[in-house]
Amino acid sequence: MVDDVGLSAAAPAAAPPRRVSLFITCFNDTMFPQTGRAVVTVLERLGVGVDFPLEQTCCGQMHFNTGYAHETIPLVRRFVDVFAEAEVVVSPSASCVGMVRDYYARVAQLSGDAGLAREVAVIAPRVLELSELLIDRLGVEDVGAYFPHRVTYHPTCHSLRMLHVGDRPLRLLRAVGGIDVVELPEALQCCGFGGTFAVKNADTSIAMLSDKVRTILDTGAEVCASADNSCLMHIGGALSRQRAGVRTMHLAEILAETKTGPEAA
Amino acid sequence: MSETAAAHGTPEPFPQAARAALADSQLRYNLSHATHAIRVKRAAAVAEVPDWEALREAGRALKERVLRHLDDYLVALEESVQRAGGVVHWARDAEECNRIVGDIALAHGADEVVKAKSLTTEETGLNEALEARGIRAWETDLAQLIIQLSDDAPSHILVPAIHKNREQIRALFARELPDAPPDLSDDPRELAEAARLHLRKLFLGARVGISGVNFAVADTGTVSVVESEGNGRMCTTLPEVLISVMGIEKVIPTWEDLEVYLQLLPRSSTAERMNPYTSLWTGVSEGDGPREFHLVLLDNGRTNVLADEIGRQALNCIRCSACLNVCPVYERTGGHAYGSTYPGPIGAILTPMLSGMTEAGSLPYASSLCGACYEVCPVKINIPEVLVHLRQEEVAQAPGARERLAPEHVAMRAMARVFANRRLYEAAQRAGRLSQWPLVRDGAIRRLPGPLSGWTSARDLPAVPPQSFRDWWRERS
Repeated sequence: MVDDVGLSAAAPAAAPPRRVSLFITCFNDTMFPQTGRAVVTVLERLGVGVDFPLEQTCCGQMHFNTGYAHETIPLVRRFVDVFAEAEVVVSPSASCVGMVRDYYARVAQLSGDAGLAREVAVIAPRVLELSELLIDRLGVEDVGAYFPHRVTYHPTCHSLRMLHVGDRPLRLLRAVGGIDVVELPEALQCCGFGGTFAVKNADTSIAMLSDKVRTILDTGAEVCASADNSCLMHIGGALSRQRAGVRTMHLAEILAETKTGPEAA
Repeated sequence: MSETAAAHGTPEPFPQAARAALADSQLRYNLSHATHAIRVKRAAAVAEVPDWEALREAGRALKERVLRHLDDYLVALEESVQRAGGVVHWARDAEECNRIVGDIALAHGADEVVKAKSLTTEETGLNEALEARGIRAWETDLAQLIIQLSDDAPSHILVPAIHKNREQIRALFARELPDAPPDLSDDPRELAEAARLHLRKLFLGARVGISGVNFAVADTGTVSVVESEGNGRMCTTLPEVLISVMGIEKVIPTWEDLEVYLQLLPRSSTAERMNPYTSLWTGVSEGDGPREFHLVLLDNGRTNVLADEIGRQALNCIRCSACLNVCPVYERTGGHAYGSTYPGPIGAILTPMLSGMTEAGSLPYASSLCGACYEVCPVKINIPEVLVHLRQEEVAQAPGARERLAPEHVAMRAMARVFANRRLYEAAQRAGRLSQWPLVRDGAIRRLPGPLSGWTSARDLPAVPPQSFRDWWRERS
């Protein structure tokens, strides 16, 4: 059971935004474009306009977490420039949002640029993970989705322990029409991805993944959903290798589904 | 591997050291059972305390204050211990610490000493150093005894023999304990009784006892050992001479501060409301306990940790081991893979800071940064933050780093340049799409070359789809 363990570190509740700026992340842009399309579908269905600044690239999380903090500085600068005008930035990646909110200040400090630190302090709290935007700022749980499938949900470590999204994604999932949400045993356990950890410590990562996959298969679900495609690519990679017959889907993709199809709009 | 491997010679890097543990199904089973059980119990013990978060914050803040004024508190501790009739020694490093302890033991003509479980003397390799001077050190903590008898190394801060199960221990005792009954079973009570008979003789015979220190109170000179079995109390009260070794970060300002830590520690470590034995003593008392008390204050790299603004929070650690018990990496590899007295998440940050990156440069990477350790830490050490910080140090010091020619360096810098420029980024997306064709089979990549082969050893990788999100967006608008 995933409980709401803490207060969200996101910006305090304000009037629901009419327009949001989408930070798709380099990873989703390149590998999982369907997630980005789903975010646009859901937000437009709810009457929220979406901007997509084309100058955006990568938040720098991989560099920073692997020990290349200096290489991260230009990426932080780029992010604050690209999203300087945005009232709200939304992203379908909990770990990239965690990078911005928890570590951008550290990178700015490292750069020795006080101006950058000030800009980060202004922008970082405006950056929200999708479920935070939907529940905290737009005040919706039922986004009008329909998805008649058996789904289990893996709460990613960064969504839980950096962003403290608690059960927000599950509340969104449970409000989907026709869905059968089954609880994932040992849900709070890491899947073993951890960015470059999956390659640098491949054996340990795989040992963690084996247990995660076993619990997913135990649920009898046909879909494993999550708020981060990086963890899903990891889990999905093993499900695919094992020909397990279970697919992975980002939360946004399920929320985009309706009786008339995923991208009816 | 012996416990001295960490102290002498560079241990194997974590990924290689982990491999043997991961393949040991008995070890995996033992660890998985033990960590799951204690995890559930800890959560329940913590949930009973309504002001747990306030306690954690107090525990953190007190340690932060101690570290800010460490010099003052240590001098105050020295004075109050001396006032109470104790002798204080300062040890720069492991060697000096071991020499001091050995000198005291020899001065009393001791050829054997009894020891309460102590990580600090494990860190200094005291037993081996004493052995070299003809002094036999007997471990009296049950799990530590198991480790000593099997010539093994501890694999957990609190439960050093967590990697062994009852049957393994039964076989060991039957073989190694001279007074063990021939029909010894694997019932924990029988096993403990066999150890008790063995230890009782040692306690009554030893003239010198050695202990670690959980807390030392600066203003009163009171030293405390917190334990479960009572062997610590035997070691600190029966012998004529008591030598306690403490890392300099174990000092706390006042007696009242024990209130915070004696609530945080047992619930976090053994999931108990209160541990069975809490020994507190202040110097020496006429007609009660040891006639001589020595306190050794050990640096051994701690002042280097203190000098690291982000890393110094590791010195908050009260050695509860909650972080080990929740760590998904530790649960699967066990402690030996860390090649250090301090395994698990806390070891992954403390070891490289105490013994240097050349010794332990792979440890900051032995984590998926899942954050479970930070969540349970009773003194709020932000372990993921320190791990990432130490990775920066590792990158800066790695071989080839100065010339910036190491392959990972080159790749990371190239990627950073691509991400810093939209045109390069979009070109790279196209290049990825076009160049993947030799690798893609039925929509997935099943085998990657070079350093990325670790991924595909058990996981497929999806093929890069034909249209990026930004291309779709451009097409749409």
